[in-house]
Amino acid sequence: MTARPAQETLAEAAPRIARDRVARARRLGWWQPIAVFVVLVGIAYAISAYYDLGRGLGFLVPYPHLILQQFWNPIYGPQLYLALWNTVIVTVTGLAIAIVVGVVWAALMAQAKWVERSLYPYAVILQCIPILAIVPLIGVVFNEYGFWSRVFVTTMIALFPMVSNTLFGLQSADRGQRELFRLQGASRWTTLTKLQVPAALPAIFVGLRTSAGLAVIGAIVGDQFFQRGTPGLGAVIQVFASRTNEAGAFAAIILSSLLGVLVFLLFGWLARLAIGRWVDFG
Amino acid sequence: MSTATAAPATLLDFADVGLVYPGGTRAVRGVSLTVDRGEFVSVVGPSGCGKSTLLRIAAGLEAATDGSASVATGRIGYVFQDATLLPWRTVGRNVELLAELHGVPKAERAARAQEAIDLVGLTGFEAQLPRQLSGGMRMRASLARSLVLEPELFLFDEPFGALDEITRERLGDELIRLFTEKRFAGLFITHSVSEAVYLSTRVVVMSGRPGTVVGTFDVPFPMPRDPDIRFTAAFAELVGEVSHALRTSHGGEAVAE
Repeated sequence: MTARPAQETLAEAAPRIARDRVARARRLGWWQPIAVFVVLVGIAYAISAYYDLGRGLGFLVPYPHLILQQFWNPIYGPQLYLALWNTVIVTVTGLAIAIVVGVVWAALMAQAKWVERSLYPYAVILQCIPILAIVPLIGVVFNEYGFWSRVFVTTMIALFPMVSNTLFGLQSADRGQRELFRLQGASRWTTLTKLQVPAALPAIFVGLRTSAGLAVIGAIVGDQFFQRGTPGLGAVIQVFASRTNEAGAFAAIILSSLLGVLVFLLFGWLARLAIGRWVDFG
Repeated sequence: MSTATAAPATLLDFADVGLVYPGGTRAVRGVSLTVDRGEFVSVVGPSGCGKSTLLRIAAGLEAATDGSASVATGRIGYVFQDATLLPWRTVGRNVELLAELHGVPKAERAARAQEAIDLVGLTGFEAQLPRQLSGGMRMRASLARSLVLEPELFLFDEPFGALDEITRERLGDELIRLFTEKRFAGLFITHSVSEAVYLSTRVVVMSGRPGTVVGTFDVPFPMPRDPDIRFTAAFAELVGEVSHALRTSHGGEAVAE
């Protein structure tokens, strides 16, 4: 903090006040999540202690430091990292397909009300299908119980926010702007590329952030059903849980959470890079 | 009373124009109106009387359901109530937009955009984004964007309605300067009587919904307008007459003077 002179004019004070405010905002920025983290870890220890000391079930609710030890455990550590890598591949592939399919789907619906009415219900239905029910179907269609089936599950789970946010974004150009294009006789394609898509970018990035998180979940859910080849964190969680290595399962949860946070931050950063000049992206 | 210029072709010709929306709402009825080259016509009327609908018909955004509406030029400028700038484009790229949509080559549209930007007094702001500009400057950019197409007929849909009084008057003077320099014909929608009288060569008064023309006033003052005419007796008298026509047209709300 800047030392405060005994007397200062308003003009002198203004920059100091602004500086202090920035500094305060910065301080507020980092310690709050950490404070919450400390509290949560404390609660975790309390719960573990209750089951360990009170009921002798400590192996089911491991202490946080036992979970952390998994990361440098010579047997379980490498398994975790390999699984994380496999999950990343499935997440990225499934998300990429969801982005392309979602944007094209939404762009089609933005062309006419009747197309929207015809196609939107299926986007809603798609997100409500229980994956468990169509596992055999996916297996038959892809003729395998490995990588592409996992990617399919990921795409299915990540698709809806892309479709709905992109559609909302494409329709967000205001009436005046649309008429401006109409008055010049602009084609559908020109209106889409020069008006609707740029106008949709903020909403598309919101969708991307949501879908990216869901894609991580999708990849892990996919592992539950399709374990051929190189399965990821979902398979590891299953194996560890079945051997009552709860510390390992919790470690896998931590990795998947970190992956989720990472993609969330990544897309926020990308959004600010792409559109931060003209829109405030939170 | 009327300025007897030997006006050439009529650019906009409305004969008994009416419009009923599909839902059955009647927006305008029996509107006859012409705008010749060299004319700047303002339409004043209570809100919701269908003034903007007339403009939309002229631009081809709506089709008249009765009568005939013809426009004798393809070069139409249209200025919306909002500046409708694209927030992701700089001022320069926004002003280029319409020329871009018409496929004007890059170098030429940049030159034309620069000329229009200079004309509306935004020189130096080309690289700014709309969010960095004031409301008045955004409207200037919007004007420049239409000027790039060198319109013969300029349609204005209450363009200064959202601006403060000072900005509004200044932009009015700029508009008169552009009008005298570029010699486009203008059709200007407003709900401000003094603005209509000050800017126009002719003022058309509309009644409440469904809107129809209830009076036409020629404005005898020379162009370009001297800002001080606003404070002359003749100006005040004309504003009074237009206001009176506006009030008496307003159904039962007519007030004794």
